[in-house]
Formats: sequence, C-alpha cells, structure tokens
Amino acid sequence: MARDDAPWKPSALGRLSRVGDVVDRVTTPFARRAARRGFPWTAPTVPRGVEVPRDEPDLGADYDTDWARRSLARSVRRGIVGGPLHLAVRGVASPNVHGVDRLSDLARLDDPPPLIFTPNHHSHLDTALMAIAVPEPWRSKLVVAAAADYFFDKRWKARLAALSLNAIPIDREATGRKSSEMIKRLIEDGWSLVIYPEGGRSPDGWGQDFKGGAAYLSSRTGAPVVPVFIDGTGAIYGKGMKRPKRGVTNVVFGAPLTPLDDENTRRFSARIERSVTTLADESLTDYWTARRRAADGTNPRLTGPDYVGWRRQWALSERRSIGSAGLRRRQKRRWPDLGN
Amino acid sequence: MPRPGFVLDVDRSTPPILFWRGENFSLEKLPAGRSRVIYPAEPLPAIDDVDGAIRHALLNPIDHDPLPSLLFPGMRLTIAFDDVSLPLPKMRRPDVRQRVIEAVLDLAADAGVDDVHIIAALALHRRMTEAELRHAVGDRVYDAFAPRGLLYQHDAEDPDNLAFLGTTPHGEEVEINKRAAESDLLVYVNINLVAMDGGWKSTATGLASYRSLRHHHNPDTMHKSRSFMDQHRSELHKSNWRMGKVLLDSGVKVFQIETTLNTDTFPQPFEFLSKREWEWNARDRMTFLATTKALGRTPARLARNIFHSIEAPHQMTSVQAGEVEAVHRITTDHVYAQELVEVKGQTDILTMGIPYISPYNVHSILNPILVQVMAMGYYFNMYRGMPLVREGGVIILTHPCRPEFNPVHHPSYIDFFEQVLADTTDPHVMSQKWEKRYAEDEWYRHLYRTGYAYHGVHPFYMWYWGTHGMKHCSRVIVVGGDPKTVRRLGFVPASTMDDALEIASDVVGRTPTITHLHTPPLMVADVI
Repeated sequence: MARDDAPWKPSALGRLSRVGDVVDRVTTPFARRAARRGFPWTAPTVPRGVEVPRDEPDLGADYDTDWARRSLARSVRRGIVGGPLHLAVRGVASPNVHGVDRLSDLARLDDPPPLIFTPNHHSHLDTALMAIAVPEPWRSKLVVAAAADYFFDKRWKARLAALSLNAIPIDREATGRKSSEMIKRLIEDGWSLVIYPEGGRSPDGWGQDFKGGAAYLSSRTGAPVVPVFIDGTGAIYGKGMKRPKRGVTNVVFGAPLTPLDDENTRRFSARIERSVTTLADESLTDYWTARRRAADGTNPRLTGPDYVGWRRQWALSERRSIGSAGLRRRQKRRWPDLGN
Repeated sequence: MPRPGFVLDVDRSTPPILFWRGENFSLEKLPAGRSRVIYPAEPLPAIDDVDGAIRHALLNPIDHDPLPSLLFPGMRLTIAFDDVSLPLPKMRRPDVRQRVIEAVLDLAADAGVDDVHIIAALALHRRMTEAELRHAVGDRVYDAFAPRGLLYQHDAEDPDNLAFLGTTPHGEEVEINKRAAESDLLVYVNINLVAMDGGWKSTATGLASYRSLRHHHNPDTMHKSRSFMDQHRSELHKSNWRMGKVLLDSGVKVFQIETTLNTDTFPQPFEFLSKREWEWNARDRMTFLATTKALGRTPARLARNIFHSIEAPHQMTSVQAGEVEAVHRITTDHVYAQELVEVKGQTDILTMGIPYISPYNVHSILNPILVQVMAMGYYFNMYRGMPLVREGGVIILTHPCRPEFNPVHHPSYIDFFEQVLADTTDPHVMSQKWEKRYAEDEWYRHLYRTGYAYHGVHPFYMWYWGTHGMKHCSRVIVVGGDPKTVRRLGFVPASTMDDALEIASDVVGRTPTITHLHTPPLMVADVI
C-alpha cells in the first residue's frame, strides 16, 4: 500500500508486477505437467555412450549482432527508443540531463568523431537512460557493451538486447580479443559506444573501481572518452530489487578525454575515474565546489567510505537524500536591500 | 573561403531588395542607375577548438602576466561579464561567456581561490532574468554561484556598493562597482559584436554609476563621436579611456578577455535573411512568401515571441586576453576583418530596414524611441571615415513604429514619449530641462533596482545616441510607420518607398543617389 502522504497512487508498474504473478500462477501447472510427461514435451535424454555433436557456440560473447545494425533493425530501434522506451524512462526515472554543451564543439564538426561514453553503473535502467540521454549525432549510431554472460546467455534475451538497445556482448572480466576487435571495427565504422568501466552493476549502491577496458579501447581506436555520471538509478531499480519504483535521475556528461602522449592505459583509466568522480560531486553539490575539490583531490569517492556494514549503508542513504535534491536548485528571488 | 562584403550597383536586372520592417520584412525595388546596396561579408570561419583557444589566451596574455600567476589562495577575484544586450540575437548554447568564465574558474580552482564573485556588468540596463543569466553563464556556473549570492547584477544606484575612484583631467568622475574596484583582480569577460564594444568601455561603462556615466552619455559627447565604430574619432571612447586611466592609477587590476563572433546570424528556416536576393533558391523564395504572409496575419505579440526565440548560430572567431588597450586593438582588427565593407563616396539618401531587435529590447518590444536609436544611433553610425549619407541628406527607414512599450522593461520610456517628446526633440534642450528629473525619480530608481526596468534616464541616453545623425540629416522618413507616432519622434511618415522618395525629392532633388544598408547581419561601411 502506498503511504497516505505518498505523492502518487500505487503505480502502474506495481499493478503490472501483480499481473505477472497471476500469469506465473496460471502457467506453472502446465510447465509441471509437461515435465511429468517427458519427451517430446521436454528435451530428450541422451543415451549412454552416445556423443551429441555440440552446436557452434553462438551465444554469450560469440553472439553475432551484425543484423541489429542493418537499416531495418535501426528503423525499428529508432521507433522503440523514441517511443515506448523514451516514455517508460521518463515515467519511471524523470531524467535531468546536464553537460551536453560540453560536446557542442564535436557536434558541430562536419564529421563528428565516434565517442566512448563511460557512465557509472547501478542499474539495468542505466542503459535505457543512456539510449535517450546521449545527444545527437551520436544517439542514432550508438552501441552498448552488455555483459555477455547476462544479456546474451539466452537467445531471446540476446535478440531483445541487440534489437532494442543495440547491445553487443562483451566479456565482463577481461576485454577479450574477439570483443575488442569487434568494438574497434564498430568504432572505425563510426559507431559510438556505451561501456560501463565498473564491469557490472553496483552490489551495494556505492560505485566500484574502474576497469581499464574503456581506456584500452580509446587508446586503440583514438576515440575520445566522455565521462558520464548517472545518479538515482540505484534507488529506482538497483541490483537485487524485484520491481522498480519511481524516482528522479541526473545524467551529467563531462568534457571529452583523450589519452595523453605519455599516459598508459592504467593512468588514463584512473583519469577517467577521477572525471566521473568530479561529475558525481558536481551532481550532488555544484560545479564550483566539485572543481575546487578536484583541484586538491578531495572529491568524495564513488566507491564510498572505507568502513563496512550498516555505517556504509547509512552513508549511502544520506548521499541519496542529497542526490534527490540534485542540481538546478532554484534561486530564491533576491531583493536588494533598499534601506528605509 | 567566405566572400567579403561588397557594394552592388542597382540596374534594371537587380531583383527587389529585402527591407526589414520590425517583425516582418518586404521587398522593395530601388531606382536603377543611381542606387546601390551594401552587402555584409559572409561569416568568417570559426575557431574549431574553442576551449583550447580560450585556455591559450589565458596562459599567453598580451602585455600581461599569465592568469595563473595572478591567482593565489586568499585573494578576492571578481569576474564581470557583458549583459543581455550582447550578442544579438542571443547565441546558441553554450554562450561564449560561459566557456570563458568556466575556463577562468578552472584556473582559479587550481590556484585555490575561494573568494569569487561574478557580476553582470549592466550599467543602467535592466537586470537579467534567471533564464537569461543561465543562458549567458550556463547552468553549472549559475547553480554554483547564484544560490549563494555570489553571482549577481551590478546596481548603479546602490551607494553602499559603489566606489569613487577619482576624476579625469576633464573633470569626469569615476565611480564603479565597489567589489570590482576593491578586488585583487578584476577579470572582464566581453563579447565584441561591433567595434564600439570592449576596451575601457567594458569596465568604465558596464560597472559604472549614473554619476560616472553622465559624463560621456550626453548630447555633446555623442555629437562629437564620429563614429562610435571608430574608436579614435569617438569622444565617447576617449572619455572611457580617460576613465580607464583613473582606474589604473587608483590600483584597479583588470585582466581583460575579449572575444569576437562571426556574423552567422540566422538559423534555418530564416537563413535566407542573410543571403543575397539573387542567390535565393526556390525554397528560400517559398519561405519568404510563407513567412511574410503568415507574419502579416500573426498578432504582433506572437510574432515578437517567435523572433525573440531565435538563437543565432554565432561562432567565436577570436579570443584575446591581457592588458585592456593592447587586447582591444587586436579585437578591433578582428571585428573590422568581419564587418568592414569599402564604400566609395557618400549618398543623398540612405535607406535601412529596422529589424525586430536592438541591444535594449531583448525579449521585449522595439518601441518608437528604440526605433530612433537603431536608425540614428546605430545604423547611421555604422561607418568609418565619413557618414554614408551626405550632410543635409535624407534617411529613409522602414518600420511599423507602433506606439507600443513594454511597461516592465521600459517604464520611463512611456513617460519620455508622452511628456518629453511632446515638449521637444532637441537632445540638448531635453538634457537641460528634463534629464535630472527622470534620472533621480525614486519610482524609476526602485523599478531599476528591484524589477526588470531600464534606469529612468535610459530613454534620454537613447535619444542622445542619435544626436549626430539628427543634426547631420535634413529629414528622416519612416515608411509604414504609425503617422502620429512618427511625427512625435520628429520624423516624416510615408506609406510606401515611392512616397518616401517623392517626399525626399524637395530636399535632395528628383534624381538623388540612394544607398541601402543590407543589414543585419552587421557591417561597417568604410567610406572613402
């Protein structure tokens, strides 16, 4: 039940979830009956001593997503992203997008370069948010690096992710040769990339250390990295939550970064992490505070405080309450003191 | 490579020429064989790496130490920036002021500077709204400084926040914003859209009080400024430069950052307004026809909203920082490179179409007094050398010139129109008889300080801008203007261009030479 003082009634999402429970109750008996009946209602058993030839693996990191970048699929995706996805994200996450002006110089070039967007990652919602927040001309040629072991482990999930979000499978633990070759080829073809340097969703609401994949890809392809900070999605549909609850999100884009001459991948990755950290501070406080703290290296860390247990969660709730106040706090009208 | 501006001699094959008429425009046929049209240069190419250029300018200033070496912990830093009157129309986000201010703040943060104030240098102009401030300095800077009261607007009527710094050898009092005067460093962020802007005028006018401004915003100074676009022959600038010397002598440390923009003025679908008529393609012609017909049937208020929502695709063509005068010399060269068009000889009749906007009616109404300042103050003064129109010549302008005023932005203009202009149109007479009363009126002062009103004396200054033009020309004819309003301004109304030429003939004869200023985009005629 919603609280009496809640600003909204039980959400449509909640009702949808209850419909899912009903469907589950209806379908489960049929599934059990099929399991009892056995083959051909279920998959056949394999006779002892017989070796079944394995199919060529075409799921996980090997799933071929080329079809999702052909014109028909792109048109369908444009409809999905611009229509239902856009409405759903706005309805659930009310995104405020800031810092797009930092990309304006690149946007006005005759041939804007492909970019690598590196947001922090708290929720599956992050990808949908990026799909609508990334400005043109990059939005219409955007691929999303998605965990091969999660989004591409089943064919229906792979197809849905590839079609609706232009997701491509990527090894979570290490940037495998096949994945990196594919991304390099895509960037050379002018596709921009969303990749989560943390490697996966936050387990406890705080950020994780950045892995070097994005920096490595940037060094290999020459594509600038755009640090992005997403705030609020963890509270809406964080890891472990069964159903989303509505909230407000901020997406803050930073200035594009390119590796310096004497900068290796590790250092470049650390610089990307510092930029996202500064954007996080900017999102929670303001540009000037964040910039001053960045100058003396005192921006609050994305990974949160060192202590563990309830104090860590306590600090998280405090941070979230600041975050929901967020950017664009309106100034009260300041009347000059005219004396008497 | 953009094409330079040029002068077209009108012959029988010349198509009708575009004339602005406020929130609309028309095509007018000029007499062949004795008319010419001055077209502005095409927009110069923009700097690709704007942020890099700004940073380079701050680290390698002209005749000044690099900005980082001027910044230290515990210092008082003040950043002043040009107000809503620049650029015109407002530029697409991000505004160049935002980019410069953020670059300065980045260096200030690295140097550990905590005490920073950001001030809109608006002199006696109206205060900017929150939306306008956000547009100029960007959301990031606004959200960081405005809620704490560290981003605010100069108040020329606040005695507690003004500092008197001395007088020039000519007896001109110099009084500017106290915080700016007492800071360890004043960084001024400027946009130079025309050669008149910038230099010491930024600080000595933008941050000054009425007590200080009255010394150069008066009929005598304006009459001796020939023209405002030529700093060396402008008494207005000479006065500001003298005041700049007082600022320096009294210890005000100024780091000037000046930027120039190209004349890329109109976005789609209004791009045809910047094109030469014979280069209009079928789409341009259709757009013109559809737009003029539609605007003719659109309520004036809606048409104004449409035009004022235009954001120009201006791009930055140069940025220079350092010592005020050294910087301004280079800036002026960049402005001239964009806007100067060589014109041979003067003309009997100068024609001009007055558009919907001036520096003083952003998001507002171009009232009759501002029509006057656009024609006689700005367009007449768009010259270097000698005026485009000969002494005793005629100016013909096109504008509906309706007696409409914005009571929030221009309250004193209404009384000026009804009371002062009903009495006299002579700048010298009105300055003696009426100026003080308006300048010291408590109600106007209250509206200026607390609302969004121009200062009570502002309509007088607008009228003074036209002093030279009004004395120089024997007649000013307004085509398509409200007759009663036009007569109140001391001008002559005409229904059509042919009527206006007929009316002018008793002054300039039956076969006068005619020159049309095809602007906006902006240009300055280099008359030789």
